[in-house]
Amino acid sequence: MNKPLRRIAIFCGLLVLALMIRDNWLQYVRADELNTHKLNKRVEIERYAHARGNIVVEGKAITGSEETDDTYYKFKRTYTNGPMWAPVTGYASQVFGANQIEKLEDGILSGNSDQLFFDRTMAMFTGDEKKGGNVVTTLNAKAQEAAFKGLGDKKGAVAAIDPKTGKILALASTPSYDPSSFAGRLKDDEKAWVSLTEDEDKPMLNRALRETYPPGSTFKVVTAAAALENGKVDDINAATDTPEPYILPGTATPMVNHAQGCENASLNRAMEVSCNSVFAKLGDDVSRDKMVEMAEKFGFNNPEIDTPVRAAASVYDKEMSRDGNAQSAIGQFNTAATPLQMAMVTAAIANDGKLMKPYMIDKLESPDLEVVQQNEPEEMSRPISAENAQLLQQMMENVVERGTGGNAAIPGVKVGGKTGTAQHGENNSKNPYAWFISYAKDANGSPVAVAVVVEDSDARRDDISGGGLAAPIAKAVMKAVLDDK
Amino acid sequence: MSVVTNTTTIGAIDAPSRRNTELMLLAFAVAIPVFAYINVGLALDGELPAGVIGYGLGLGLLAGVAHIVVRRFARYADPLLLPLATLLNGLGLVLIWRLDQSPRLMARPDFSAQATNQLMYSALGIALFVGVLLVLKDHRVLQRFTYISMAVAIVLLLLPLVPGLGADVFGAKIWIRVGGFSIQPGEFAKIVIAVFFSGYLMVKRDALALASRRFMGLYLPRGRDLGPILTIWAMSLLILVFENDLGTSLLFFGMFVIMLYVATERTSWIVIGLLMSAGGAVVVASFASHVQSRVAAWLDPFGCRESAAAAGNGNMLNACDQMTQVLMSFGAGGTIGTGLGQGNSDLIGFATNSDFIFSTVGEELGLAGVMAFLLLYGLIIERGVRTALAARDPFGKLFAIGLSGAFALQVFVVAGGVMGLIPLTGMTMPFLAAGGSSVIANWALIGILIRISDTARRPAPAPAPSPDAEMTQVVRP
Repeated sequence: MNKPLRRIAIFCGLLVLALMIRDNWLQYVRADELNTHKLNKRVEIERYAHARGNIVVEGKAITGSEETDDTYYKFKRTYTNGPMWAPVTGYASQVFGANQIEKLEDGILSGNSDQLFFDRTMAMFTGDEKKGGNVVTTLNAKAQEAAFKGLGDKKGAVAAIDPKTGKILALASTPSYDPSSFAGRLKDDEKAWVSLTEDEDKPMLNRALRETYPPGSTFKVVTAAAALENGKVDDINAATDTPEPYILPGTATPMVNHAQGCENASLNRAMEVSCNSVFAKLGDDVSRDKMVEMAEKFGFNNPEIDTPVRAAASVYDKEMSRDGNAQSAIGQFNTAATPLQMAMVTAAIANDGKLMKPYMIDKLESPDLEVVQQNEPEEMSRPISAENAQLLQQMMENVVERGTGGNAAIPGVKVGGKTGTAQHGENNSKNPYAWFISYAKDANGSPVAVAVVVEDSDARRDDISGGGLAAPIAKAVMKAVLDDK
Repeated sequence: MSVVTNTTTIGAIDAPSRRNTELMLLAFAVAIPVFAYINVGLALDGELPAGVIGYGLGLGLLAGVAHIVVRRFARYADPLLLPLATLLNGLGLVLIWRLDQSPRLMARPDFSAQATNQLMYSALGIALFVGVLLVLKDHRVLQRFTYISMAVAIVLLLLPLVPGLGADVFGAKIWIRVGGFSIQPGEFAKIVIAVFFSGYLMVKRDALALASRRFMGLYLPRGRDLGPILTIWAMSLLILVFENDLGTSLLFFGMFVIMLYVATERTSWIVIGLLMSAGGAVVVASFASHVQSRVAAWLDPFGCRESAAAAGNGNMLNACDQMTQVLMSFGAGGTIGTGLGQGNSDLIGFATNSDFIFSTVGEELGLAGVMAFLLLYGLIIERGVRTALAARDPFGKLFAIGLSGAFALQVFVVAGGVMGLIPLTGMTMPFLAAGGSSVIANWALIGILIRISDTARRPAPAPAPSPDAEMTQVVRP
């Protein structure tokens, strides 16, 4: 009987060997795949096993971490003034994941980043509880508050930038949501999440960065910049050769003007009262490709504007027909821009033609508040020369002094702006968007450029609504920044 | 006859008993779980666990008693079996105690702390081990109970089907409830039926080895000799169908095929056995929903979890979700594991400390730990097979290989099931899993193997002194 016994011995050995091979495959080869599987709660458990680091605005944390009795997740994310800051922080939920800064800087906030390797190792030896580091933002609390309160219960967004550095000062979006409401894993959290995701008003959409709107007449500053840069206009006060009515090239459609006195109006005058015909014709004169070039220098058609939260790409169509280009030159047709994009345009003009890369994270700190990464201002492009930028400033300041942007004027400060009202929907059936872009300027240059967009049923289809609805918000934001100095 | 005269004759030198080797190994087998226990306490509460002295003394005492009994009543027994079983049992206790501390499991209504009970069961198991060594002086006595064993085994296997006595636990009906205790009769049936198989095959082996004709290089048995294997096959299928237990069914049939092969030395029995189990499995899988969900969970746990969730199929969702949790638990362990007390294997929820205890090994001790455990099991199995090889009587050989084969199949079926190598079955990892029946029955199994190995290694009785030997003796000055 010994021969079959020896064979059985080998067979049993093979059974054990098969188990060992299987285990190697499971715990070595597939470990990563299993550990990152979306059903695996361990990542979230680990993320919330320790106090999460905070997102900081002007030295004050706008987030918190609350210890709970929960057997799954020890800590829960909390937010101070959640709806106001949601476009900046994003959310970090035990069940529904994370987005924006909460996701992009999760390594620092959870303490797992390689940048914190030293701190983790030290904590291991000293026996300290593992902690997350902080993310210090560039935002300005007063400006953010002014923007959020200004929007109120209207649908809209505000983006404000420091033109000299590209630091994002305010980033508001309404209607907003409170990320605390679904930070946990209980029934209420799920209910809040479901109702937010199903809400037709899309409260969780970050309109300041992630939504593009037709920029309307605010885009005329880009057209003016292209006309100046390409030598189509040398003197902003000289009359242009613009017929009334101006017929769109290649069609029989006249370009409707809401303003009076646009025939042969000078560039300055056309900006002041927002003449459609003058800018449509200039756009056509400059030509589509040169318009595309100018728009792209300002940041249009760039899908990778990372603040570090990625902004949606603003669009200036590269392939459209001549009449399409003429309409696009006044911010209609296919043209679409995020509020951040229009703030960048304004900032570049206010900063004498130099466009700084927008960013909202100033520095990353270790749990014991040592700086592990400091972000520095970075030049993104130079869309226009300093002389032309100053000409554009003159025109925009004129808009606020005499034209459609009077509501943004701040006594004792130079303010330049441009209104806009964009129609959208089939046959312009939907509520138009009221736009306002502006900057304030003092002796040291411009500390703030802001873009505001408001969707409102009361907006009339002319430029006054941009000045009426959006300009006061822009003014409040600029004033908050100026007063803060 | 004095010892002195023996040393002068060739072949009568005492074989080493290896009892001291066993004692030294036992010291490690007690020390390692004690360190593991301390490790869990430090990881969970940051301090030495209060029970460590009691635990260490208890385990040491049990091991000590077992060792003394082996030293006294089975002097030549295999020195590895007792330390291996002690080590596995000790680590099992640590793992169960570790899971007792989990707040997530404590929140479950179907969970209760098991460590104290398990320590009691381990003591009972070692008591049975001692009992086996004291009562069973020679395993060949069991030959007399061949057919009684058959009857007992069948009763044990059918008990869970008795209304009012059997309990349905998550689909499998392999439990009976007596006075607040759950007993898994199948664990005991495993040993009893091995007695029957050994006795029966020893008598019938010559007839079963007869060949009728040659087919594709195999000598096929005669048609009328297929009776026994068909009977066992049918019984296994009945277990599978009525008790919903793939594991027990596979275990009994596999054990019979292994013993049949060893008894007859005919490879054809293996082929026939494999064909029959494959056929049976396919037939049953085609209509038993319980088996179907396990198979689906095995083939593609993540995919089947999604589709079951979408289809609202509760049973299927449970089976698949469980499998995904078990696999992710193994994955989380990686190469060296999270460390005892620091894993999240309690996410598995149901039966974390019994059927799925091996995934706690996987998560907290990692690939390295699982390898070590598999080696421990492999060693027990191969020492069992070695015992079968060394045994001098055919009954002993068959009995030892039956028990070790069953042990090997059980380890394979359970570990393979939790690691997703084969469909999951409701069996317990020997010595590790919480549950009295399993630990008690396995201690009895080790006791029997030790008894057989003792008989096998015991020096042959000295040959009767022959007058010739006296004649050739050197004349001393």
